[in-house]
Amino acid sequence: MISLNRIHGLAVLSAASLLLAGCWERPPVDSKQVGYRGTGMVDIKNPRIVGPRIAEQTVPEVIPAAPPEEAPILASQVYENVQVLGDLSVAEFARAMVALTAWVSPEQSCLYCHVEGESMAADTLYTKVVARRMLQMNRDLNTGWTSHVKETGVTCYTCHRGQPVPAEIWFADPGPKTAMGAAGNRFGQNAAAESVALASLPYDPFTPFLLQDQNIRVGSLQALPDGSNPAGTKTAEWTYGLMMHMSDSLGLNCTGCHQSRFFGIWEESTPQRVSAWHGIRMARTLNVEYIEPLTPVFPENRLGPLGDVGKVYCATCHQGLQKPLNGVSMLKDYPEFGKPWREPLPRLVAPETGTEAAAEPVATTAAAQ
Amino acid sequence: MAMLSFERKYRVRGGTLIGGDLFDFWVGPFYVGFFGVLTMFFAVLGTALIVWGAAMGPTWNLWQINIAPPDLSYGLALAPLAHGGLWQLITICALGAFVSWMLREVEICRKLGIGLHVPIAFGVAIFAYFVLVVVRPLLLGAWGHGFPYGIFSHLDWVSNVGYQYLHFHYNPAHMLAITFFFTTTLALSLHGGLILSVTNPKKGEPVKTAEHENTFFRDFIGYSIGALGIHRLGLFLAINAGFWSAVCIVISGPFWTRGWPEWWSWWLDLPIWR
Repeated sequence: MISLNRIHGLAVLSAASLLLAGCWERPPVDSKQVGYRGTGMVDIKNPRIVGPRIAEQTVPEVIPAAPPEEAPILASQVYENVQVLGDLSVAEFARAMVALTAWVSPEQSCLYCHVEGESMAADTLYTKVVARRMLQMNRDLNTGWTSHVKETGVTCYTCHRGQPVPAEIWFADPGPKTAMGAAGNRFGQNAAAESVALASLPYDPFTPFLLQDQNIRVGSLQALPDGSNPAGTKTAEWTYGLMMHMSDSLGLNCTGCHQSRFFGIWEESTPQRVSAWHGIRMARTLNVEYIEPLTPVFPENRLGPLGDVGKVYCATCHQGLQKPLNGVSMLKDYPEFGKPWREPLPRLVAPETGTEAAAEPVATTAAAQ
Repeated sequence: MAMLSFERKYRVRGGTLIGGDLFDFWVGPFYVGFFGVLTMFFAVLGTALIVWGAAMGPTWNLWQINIAPPDLSYGLALAPLAHGGLWQLITICALGAFVSWMLREVEICRKLGIGLHVPIAFGVAIFAYFVLVVVRPLLLGAWGHGFPYGIFSHLDWVSNVGYQYLHFHYNPAHMLAITFFFTTTLALSLHGGLILSVTNPKKGEPVKTAEHENTFFRDFIGYSIGALGIHRLGLFLAINAGFWSAVCIVISGPFWTRGWPEWWSWWLDLPIWR
């Protein structure tokens, strides 16, 4: 019986090491049901992890609003080269400038964008050129993308949080360097990358989906393979990688949006999936229309390893929470960031749930793209 | 029912756990016993409740019949029958039937004067079910965390609960459980194949014995675990498969709420290569 005891000893040892290794959490945890009972559509969160994260979401004190004027003198009438916020009164304009300095460059002050002793109108610093484009982006977001930002809206602070460069941005990832040449080629995966929540999935799913518009949908529409689905394993893993990022940056699991029995079906998905669908297209539009074109403006030290500019993804705003800043709307105190600076962007057609078209998510989303 | 000649001498009274000689008899080949009756009671009642639940549901399609646990909002309280109460009663019946069946095995073992290996092994399977529908829901604070009773519906539950942790294959206990399940089938197929091979020699040749069994594996992999050893190994592998599958689900939620890939950050952070 010695051998049996030895085997039991080994089992106990492996169990003990498993328990000691890694950090474990403990009950009680919070759970929220998001589907019919017994389907496992449940969101489980540890209040001791989520609580502090929510407590971190502090919003800067609101600067008192400029007094309303009957016949305001507009900033564009007084200052030169005001291309975006020219429709504000001089007082409102000054408040907006103070606010965005506090949100983006509190330490660097106005001098982050304006050169001391030079005209405020001068576009000498690249940061000012970028800031202008960001203001345009901000206004377009709040007017053209209410499908995703809703009434809550966004301001500079949603991403910047008091830092000139937002903490959560992405660059094209060339992957770890290997000495093995072709033999060491990881084919863009197997790196325990933080971008995919430490899984072995492809670590740059952002270039294909949030910069290019490659097809995210890989699920088959019927149970058995009939050759109609062109997606391969690798394509599925790219999609899985993007979804890992979305889950990780929203602090939400897959069932936050999907019924995993059939990921593609809109009728069995949660309403959040519609919002996420718009979010993917929003991030892609921001990267393609506003951020990527700024590449030549940025100095080299601001660019990524492949010479690309820092781009947005879900984590840029969300930072671990389903609602950025835990749902606090700064826009309502700063409506000037929610005015159109040009004609609003054309709206995408939403994949409406419960309609006949939604029975075929492929057709619906393909038409919208 | 016909009885083998040597069987009669083992059919002795006594050895029961409770109830004296209540139900201490055989029906045909089957030992009844107090726990046999209890098993029948729970099994019939539980099955009847499932049929009732199915009758209240939308379908008689065997694949789609679904008896779901209560909404999470009921917490650890009793729910109305049509809203998960049936699931609660069926769970009690299932556990009652499983445990009674195990105790009936114990009584048979006692009558025969053999070890309790079979009921203990079965007990591990009951333990896995108990963890799934009682321990984990208790730790999470609601019976609604149990899995639904239905062929398709329980698969949907498994899939969704897996995706709650983003990638369940990174669950360390799940890895162990899968490995033990596969190794169990490997060991059983090797053992089954070996026994059939020595008992089915060429026509005209005698049936071979343990010498041949051992020699095959010594030639093959340099070691034979032996006739008794293979059964110890089989029991060890099978029990571990059930045990670690219970562990893998009870740690998901109560002891880990994030994606399972993230759990391995302790490995990535080991000082030797960090």
